[in-house]
Amino acid sequence: MFSGRRLHLDGPLLIGLLVLSALGLVVIFSASGENWSVMARQGLRLGISLVVMVAVAQVSPENLRRFSPHLFAVGVILLVAVLVMGAAGKGVQRWLDLGLVRFQPSELMKLGVPMVVAWLLTRSQVPPRFAIVLLALALTLIPASLVVVQPDLGTAIMLVVSGLFVLFLAGIRWQHVLMMLAAVTAVAPYLWFRLQEYQRQRILTLFDPWADPMGSGYQAIQSQIAIGSAGISGKGWLAGSQSHLEFIPERSTDFIFAVFAEEFGLIGVLMLLLLYLFVVGRCLVMAYHTRGTFSRLLIGSLALTFFFYVFVNLGMVSGILPIVGVPLPLISYGGTSMLTLMAAFGIIMGLHARRRLMA
Amino acid sequence: MAATQSFNRQPMEASVIRSRLRLAGLLALALSALLLSRLYVLQVSDYSRYQTLSLENHIRLQALPPVRGLILDRNGVVLARNTAVYTLQVIPEKVGDMDLLLHEVGKLVDLQEDDIAVFKKNLRRRPSFEKHLLKSKLDDVEAARFAVNEYRFSGVTLEAMLHRDYPLADLTGHVLGYVGRISEQDEARLDSAAYQGVSHTGKLGIESYYESLLLGRSGFEQVEIDAHGRTLRTINRESAIPGQNLYLSLDVGLQRIAREALGNRRGAVVAMDPGSGEILAMVSAPAYDPNLFVDGISRETYQALIQLADKPLLNRALYGRYSPGSTIKPIMALATMDAGVNPQERVFCPGWFMLPDSTRKYRCWKRTGHGSVNLHDAIEQSCDTYFYQTGARLGIDKMASYLFSFGFGKQSGVDLPSEPSGLVPTAEWKRATRQEPWYPGEDVITAIGQGFLLTTPLQLARASAMLASRGRLVKPTLLRRQENPLTGQAQETQVDALSEAPALAINEKDIEWVIRSMTAVMHGRRGTARASGRRSAYRMAGKTGTAQVVSIAQDGEYDAKSLRETLRDHALFIAFAPVDHPKIAIAVVVENGGSGAAVAAPIARKVMDYFFLKRLHRAALTGAFGVFG
Repeated sequence: MFSGRRLHLDGPLLIGLLVLSALGLVVIFSASGENWSVMARQGLRLGISLVVMVAVAQVSPENLRRFSPHLFAVGVILLVAVLVMGAAGKGVQRWLDLGLVRFQPSELMKLGVPMVVAWLLTRSQVPPRFAIVLLALALTLIPASLVVVQPDLGTAIMLVVSGLFVLFLAGIRWQHVLMMLAAVTAVAPYLWFRLQEYQRQRILTLFDPWADPMGSGYQAIQSQIAIGSAGISGKGWLAGSQSHLEFIPERSTDFIFAVFAEEFGLIGVLMLLLLYLFVVGRCLVMAYHTRGTFSRLLIGSLALTFFFYVFVNLGMVSGILPIVGVPLPLISYGGTSMLTLMAAFGIIMGLHARRRLMA
Repeated sequence: MAATQSFNRQPMEASVIRSRLRLAGLLALALSALLLSRLYVLQVSDYSRYQTLSLENHIRLQALPPVRGLILDRNGVVLARNTAVYTLQVIPEKVGDMDLLLHEVGKLVDLQEDDIAVFKKNLRRRPSFEKHLLKSKLDDVEAARFAVNEYRFSGVTLEAMLHRDYPLADLTGHVLGYVGRISEQDEARLDSAAYQGVSHTGKLGIESYYESLLLGRSGFEQVEIDAHGRTLRTINRESAIPGQNLYLSLDVGLQRIAREALGNRRGAVVAMDPGSGEILAMVSAPAYDPNLFVDGISRETYQALIQLADKPLLNRALYGRYSPGSTIKPIMALATMDAGVNPQERVFCPGWFMLPDSTRKYRCWKRTGHGSVNLHDAIEQSCDTYFYQTGARLGIDKMASYLFSFGFGKQSGVDLPSEPSGLVPTAEWKRATRQEPWYPGEDVITAIGQGFLLTTPLQLARASAMLASRGRLVKPTLLRRQENPLTGQAQETQVDALSEAPALAINEKDIEWVIRSMTAVMHGRRGTARASGRRSAYRMAGKTGTAQVVSIAQDGEYDAKSLRETLRDHALFIAFAPVDHPKIAIAVVVENGGSGAAVAAPIARKVMDYFFLKRLHRAALTGAFGVFG
């Protein structure tokens, strides 16, 4: 892996990612009804994302840290821009049209938030003092609140979680955690009544599938039937009758795990979980052995956020969590999330590969 | 931050973070175990329950597509409707040997090559677990024959569905457009939630422009079905809401007369109510049958249509761009009067015009010349020489401002998709797009509607309506009323709010003066369209135009016979009537028709006769047709 090292890549992690992505293509082929053009498009996205990953891995850790606040500031400005333009138009507005490409600033923030919190915490000692904890929370909540009014509750939760993971890894004291929980409990009712009626309705739907039978509720029930009817060995690739015949509108994106589980059964599910655990575990080991507090915090929090994505998606598809619009990382059809993920892995590899350079 | 300080606290920080990393790893393992136990419950403990659910007893949610709104003309004649038809649908995934199946089905049902070609095209494009349309509009015998044999064909179903149908076919094809199957591009554009169970969407014309009104809202039905997909019972049902019925301002009778008057020529006729802007007729010839597109058109048929030199798919009334020729002379006359020129001032026409310091001759259409003419004579006889001089005197920017205020060079705001704006050239426009200065010779030819100037038949009709209404520019509209088919609640299109104040204040006396000259065109002793104004029961005002398609060499001779047909002049005509209280304004364009007076004006006369005589002597309708039809 000499060339890999020169490119600041990590062999085991790269192999894990490639296997997962290839598996994703296989599942998408089935979920899309054996549509070659859908698969080709996803393959192209994967290729572009890998190029971005390699490019990001070349950024030196020092530059990454130095420019974290800049990236964060740009992200906040773009989020505000999206809201302003969205107010001019109507309905949901998450995209910024840059002429050639459409770009979702909230995706940038998935990197920006953990980076800026890690940057903030390494400016003073770790574990952080309470004042720093509050500042870090503020930096997390600003972009999250900009995203939640888009409205995109799922991504907003992910942003908050990624910030909290950095704090957790930095050794935040348990009494601070308790204080935060207490504060949230105190503020929650107030926030609830500050919401518009339709926003409240939206959140309630998350917990009561039957309130929206044409949408998420129906999906939840159908996907559980699909998963459950697979048994231990599954129905076989391309043979998932429930996924193919039933009305699951998002079977290529958020609900792709239902297709996978129906066709590959519990054995496939176990393999998939192990693959994800391998990727997350490898990243945690890299965080463990790397040098520099910034690298350690950022690698660790990106890895944990990745795992959190997997957990939330599998949890919602298998019916132990409410339906939030979170794709299954590296498997679901779609470009932006794949790009962000690969950029995150690029950061992880780059930081780890040059650990000796980081004081 | 000092490097040494950072270095010193490294070990302590590292141990804090490492202990948290270990904790996080354990947490991840615990959560994975939780997921795995849930999946174990689903896939192993409850396996038989879910297997039963999946095999024997589904609860399926079926979308109930809404009924698309009807489109009717102003008198309630149905232009677009939904008829119940039998269709054959195929789920390819369930079919073993597709070719064998097609062969066998073909023995029972008349399958055309086109049907199979479209079906196979969609086969590659859409997922194989979805229903694909094999054959639409089975007749009763075919439907019955297939129904008896349906058990032999797994994956093929006979379904009754509502099919969009345009009873007047090509007569209203260009205005209505058509619906077609939702394509991949449509899917990206449309809100999938609003199109549950809907297979078609408006692609062109009114069907596309008023898609949101026509669509309605899907309902859904929760049904229990058995392993064969048969419905056992309906659990829950929310009915679909049908789309709005749209009443257009078109008068199909007038539309038909205009279409017949155009005959087998290429061209367009637009007639509108000058007071309200309501479009009464909008015809483009040749036309096509929109019914061809509803179920997908085969590549061969489509290629044949687009390769025709006559371009039947093009709605010339809206998208055709033509030099207006002399039809803009009334507007130039207003501009020159506004510039202070005395309309009685006489100009000598020797049959040509020359700019000072130039030897280039600009020819009048009448080679022997009109002699001494004032503005009135110049409009009546369409003297080019007079207007050449007007153009040289006014200059392009003054002319352009008048043309803009009559609605040229910009969209009219008509309720049809992607309306072109046409082109009114200015000196600035030419500098910006061609990096060239504006030449005086271009002033000269712009004044008789040649050169860069491009107008659409709709814009010409609108300008004619503005002359008719003495300077009020209206927005042309097609939708007159929308009606909720369930409640009968109707909503009229607000006309008054749509009209625009003129950009230029036009002198009332000047416009009456110009209208007198336009009346002389129809009824005067020397009027260019006097043959079309003769013995009419009402007074008309009009203006002929003949627009060059090729430029003729300085000493060349325009000889229609020797020119290929597609290079002959376009014939144009604008008119309105009755002169004093206009009820209809019209524009006619006949491509390569030759002279506006000889070809375009008689078409307008036929349309107006129908419009007035049908109204005035409804009883004697057939008699009137004997004379004019």
